[in-house]
Amino acid sequence: MLSADIEYYRPETIQEAVDLFQILKGENKRPIYYSGGTEILTLGRLELAAAGAFIDIKAIKECLSFGFNQSYLIAGAALSLTSIEEKNLFPLLSATSMGIADHTARNKITLGGNLCGKIFYREAVLPFLLCDSWVVAAGGNGVKPIPIGQIFNQTFQLEEGQFIVQLLTERNYIHLPFVSIKRRQQWETGYPLITVASIKADNGLRFAFSGLCPFPFRSKEMEAELNNIGLPVPERVKRALAQIPGPVLHDVEGSSEYRLFVLENTLNEIILELEGE
Amino acid sequence: MYIIGKGITRKDSLEKVTGHAKYTADFETNDMLHARLVISPFGHALIKQLDLTEAQNIPGVRAIVTGDDLPLTGEEMRDRPPIAVNRVRFNGEVVAIVVADNPYLAMRGVEAIKVQYEQLPVVNSPSEALKPDAPLLHPHLDQYEKIQGVYPEPGTNIATRTKIRKGDRNKGWTESEVQVEEKFAFRISDHAAMETRCSLAQIHPNGMIEITSSSQAPFMIKKLIGQYFGIKPGSIKANTPFVGGAYGGKASIQLEILAYLATRAVGGRLVKIMNTREEDMLTSPVHIGLEAQVKLGCTKDGMLKVAEILYLWDGGAYSDKSIDLSRAGAVDCTGPYRIDHIWCDSLCMYTNHPYAAPFRGFSHSEVHFAFERTMDVLAKKLKIDPLELRYKNAILPGHTTPTQFRLNSSTVGNLPKCIEKLKELMNWQEGQVVKHGRDKVRAKGVACAWKTSTIDPDASSGVILTFNPDGSINLISGVIEIGTATKTILAQILAEKLKMDINDIYVQMDVDTVNTPEHWKTVASRGTLMAGRAVLAAADDVISQLKNLASFILRAPIGDLEVGYGKVYLKGEPNKQIPIKDIAYGYKFPNGNSIGGQIMGRGHYMMPGITNLDKETGAGKPGPEWTVGAQGVEIELDTKEYRYKILKAVTVVDIGKVINEKTATGQVKGAMSMGLSFAARETFYFDSHGTILNPQLRTYRPIRFGEHPKYEVAFVETPHIEAPYGLRGAGEHGLIGMPAALGNSLSAALSAEINYLPLIPELLWKIKGGG
Amino acid sequence: MAQSLPQKITVPLEVNGEARQVEIRPADTLLYVLRSHLGLTGAKPGCLNGDCGACSVMVNDTVYKSCIMLAVEVAGSKVTTIEGLKDAPIQEAFIKNFAFQCGYCTPGFIMNCQALLKNHPHPTYEVIKEWLASNICRCTCYEEIEAAVMSVMKGERP
Repeated sequence: MLSADIEYYRPETIQEAVDLFQILKGENKRPIYYSGGTEILTLGRLELAAAGAFIDIKAIKECLSFGFNQSYLIAGAALSLTSIEEKNLFPLLSATSMGIADHTARNKITLGGNLCGKIFYREAVLPFLLCDSWVVAAGGNGVKPIPIGQIFNQTFQLEEGQFIVQLLTERNYIHLPFVSIKRRQQWETGYPLITVASIKADNGLRFAFSGLCPFPFRSKEMEAELNNIGLPVPERVKRALAQIPGPVLHDVEGSSEYRLFVLENTLNEIILELEGE
Repeated sequence: MYIIGKGITRKDSLEKVTGHAKYTADFETNDMLHARLVISPFGHALIKQLDLTEAQNIPGVRAIVTGDDLPLTGEEMRDRPPIAVNRVRFNGEVVAIVVADNPYLAMRGVEAIKVQYEQLPVVNSPSEALKPDAPLLHPHLDQYEKIQGVYPEPGTNIATRTKIRKGDRNKGWTESEVQVEEKFAFRISDHAAMETRCSLAQIHPNGMIEITSSSQAPFMIKKLIGQYFGIKPGSIKANTPFVGGAYGGKASIQLEILAYLATRAVGGRLVKIMNTREEDMLTSPVHIGLEAQVKLGCTKDGMLKVAEILYLWDGGAYSDKSIDLSRAGAVDCTGPYRIDHIWCDSLCMYTNHPYAAPFRGFSHSEVHFAFERTMDVLAKKLKIDPLELRYKNAILPGHTTPTQFRLNSSTVGNLPKCIEKLKELMNWQEGQVVKHGRDKVRAKGVACAWKTSTIDPDASSGVILTFNPDGSINLISGVIEIGTATKTILAQILAEKLKMDINDIYVQMDVDTVNTPEHWKTVASRGTLMAGRAVLAAADDVISQLKNLASFILRAPIGDLEVGYGKVYLKGEPNKQIPIKDIAYGYKFPNGNSIGGQIMGRGHYMMPGITNLDKETGAGKPGPEWTVGAQGVEIELDTKEYRYKILKAVTVVDIGKVINEKTATGQVKGAMSMGLSFAARETFYFDSHGTILNPQLRTYRPIRFGEHPKYEVAFVETPHIEAPYGLRGAGEHGLIGMPAALGNSLSAALSAEINYLPLIPELLWKIKGGG
Repeated sequence: MAQSLPQKITVPLEVNGEARQVEIRPADTLLYVLRSHLGLTGAKPGCLNGDCGACSVMVNDTVYKSCIMLAVEVAGSKVTTIEGLKDAPIQEAFIKNFAFQCGYCTPGFIMNCQALLKNHPHPTYEVIKEWLASNICRCTCYEEIEAAVMSVMKGERP
């Protein structure tokens, strides 16, 4: 429960939501967009998030769409993770999603909520990074698709008042061979020690990571090393480890040394599996 | 047997599966106030400033309670201010209580209180606490009021020292041809009962203080709050409805004191205080941590001669129950073996950690982890099968315990039989370590366990039986229904004794210290022994009253009468009988004359012969009997990545007599689950400020569905003569050997000594030279 | 410090088949409203953080942790709490299989099992595991709960 009073709005159109944000901001009500809300409520309980008004995007139909058009798979930001898993239109996304929190929580956690979370794992972004997806963002300057590579750098670089409506992923990526592995401190519960997702694209394997650094990422530099087929796999992996784009996490889930050990094993395993196909 | 041994469904079943069972937090009224806590974010700090102004100005905030002018508290030694004054000694310590109209206003009050701290050096482990230059947590240790048997060492961080001096260690070493020495350590962890602690308190106009609490010890609430605040015991009433899991953690009196202070600050109005999960983990007492050194000596053929042991308990910032915990760890400081020469020092250390409550097994799983791991190290050195080594040295009637109590066939169970059965169930002859493909091994580990219950020598239990007009009985006992189904078992014991339908026995689930006879505390797996004996005594009382009256009506000598099947009848002529319902409320003659009256049974039980321990040697009889068991775990380990699964966990326990097969199995399996969870994953992580980094169930992770192995439980039955139908305590024993057995299986799988908890893959990797 | 009065709103809920109107703060969670406004204390607070599952309830046919959900979010939806189950086979199965001890996690577990069996009448073990790993039981070893679910699945009359 939140100690602070908030206002709650549930707009039905994108425009309404965007307008509301501007109005509430003008009234100094500290609005935020609210999707699944699980993180907003849990962090809010610990006084870690301060907002005065929630704009719930779950009644906006674009945010709930999930299906293919001519060229793309469209995934709405307000879809619950379990609904994505059940329809399973995007197997890599389903696989990565199933590692997040637990089943009941994922009935509430939404795609957009996970992507924009403050808790830095944001594992649902990995498939989209791998597939060079497009992010449809809505804000004061209208609704526009943006390549994920342009708008995502550790976090989504949204403008104030902007929110993610959908993600678009080219159809030809959807059925590529993939692997998604989540390793935890122990057994099958909890945050990742590391999560690695990988696909086998025409021009080689692609890799994206969560839990390795305090942000999820895809690294072209690491991919270059990992795809250096002139070298034996363990050597490629070793070289890739030297290209990690930030400090390796060292926390209660595990030391940075151990994370690297696990990462090395996991990468070896993934390459053997995907290159073997 | 009529009903003993059968898997009777629980008396609380329907209440619990329909959501109607009421726990403390489920009580709420419109006029109730709500309290929330300001707690210390640091392990050790001076409170430089406490600014309440802003909070006091919030409309709806009714009172803010701080620590000034409060008595010191603590169960054995009074070293703990209920609310910190000037200085905080652990992360989570209470700094102020805010009482407000509703929970969110209380939260706002908490958020508005500004505290300035100046951090002090932190004592982050018991071995740090022992260092000569360690910061002193309690400079006035010599001035604290304490009970008999507490031996603080002023000028140090030692809250008490328990010594075990059995035989002559020098002689033991002389007789030993082989010796091993190992060190162990694990940090504090938590009970993580699903119900966070909650207390309600109010002061009635006549001065009666009424406290309702999720507690294992309502009678201790009454006693201790009375003592701390100088209140007559009759002026305190404690109630306990259903308790949502306790595991020892709710035997400490802590939140109740805060609830009392809160209601006192608002003129006696009803106040509810419910821990958040974070407070339940930080502020309320936790599961104790331990550092240990175990040295064992034996002959070449593996006969144990000597054990030399040092236990350093992480008792936390205040001693409360950790004094007793460190004492219990000394009482059974070894595994269940005959060892003639034992030297053990068990030190309760102050650290800047949350302080300890009892935890299921009361120091035994902790001590057994160290001792039973060392047994495996010794077996390896001797090149003897680890189960064989245990079998050879198994404690038997005629042997003495570390406290020099000589056992007989009633006071100790049959350990060799447990080991034999375990061997079968574990398929032990298959071999301890079996390779499974390229990077996988399956490995088995075992441990033996024993435990007596160190309870107060004068602890007692009482039972009242009353009749309903149809001859059915109300059973009233002070045992708390914390999940163990003890009250169902008491009903079974009564049904057996009176040969009556168990559906005609109504058990009162709630306990209220005014109308319920005292049961010391619902701890130590002693509910069935103590309350069971009290039930039998109360039944005897009822039987004698029924026979007296029936003898007159049936015109037969009392000695010829029998009670059972809802009637009093002549042994030789069962047709000559009178239904109990016709006499339970007196007997009415056809002309209306009536004699007799309401029959009420009363019974009580106090364990005979329990003694305090000798200060210098530890000699004494600390508990009624020793339950023994043998346990095993089988794992599958990935030797490349050090990840593992627990495939199977087995417990064979000498339970004396199985009263309810289903609930007994459930207790043992549940305890095993908790033991594996503790061993494999549960711990608190600290930073250098003594701040706990994972006080949530998201980061402190009890075992979940699907992570569990297959469980197997088998019972051996060697009766404990004093106990009803010979039963022995068994609520805790499933837990005791689990950490050691898991540690032994992993150590065998990796050919390495794994002496730390929790047993996470990273630890295994480190021990095998990673990092 | 001046405080504005909390802005309360009236929200229609359908709880256990009954239409209810509750006057709440938008910041109130569904769990708080069920317990403190409607007196339905079957859903339990265990962590208030979405971690333990003790507060699980069904909204329409989906199971949610009511501590990480605002009551205002479910306005107009059908909420089913443990009090709304009437002789559901899973309740009887919990009794027969001794699938609870202290009983505190039981309402949440039962609601999750109920939703599971409603959505997957014949779940595989993997599905059962996926669903039931959402709740923590600290007393049992989980085998009893699994047995309860299996017995309902097989249509065993307990």
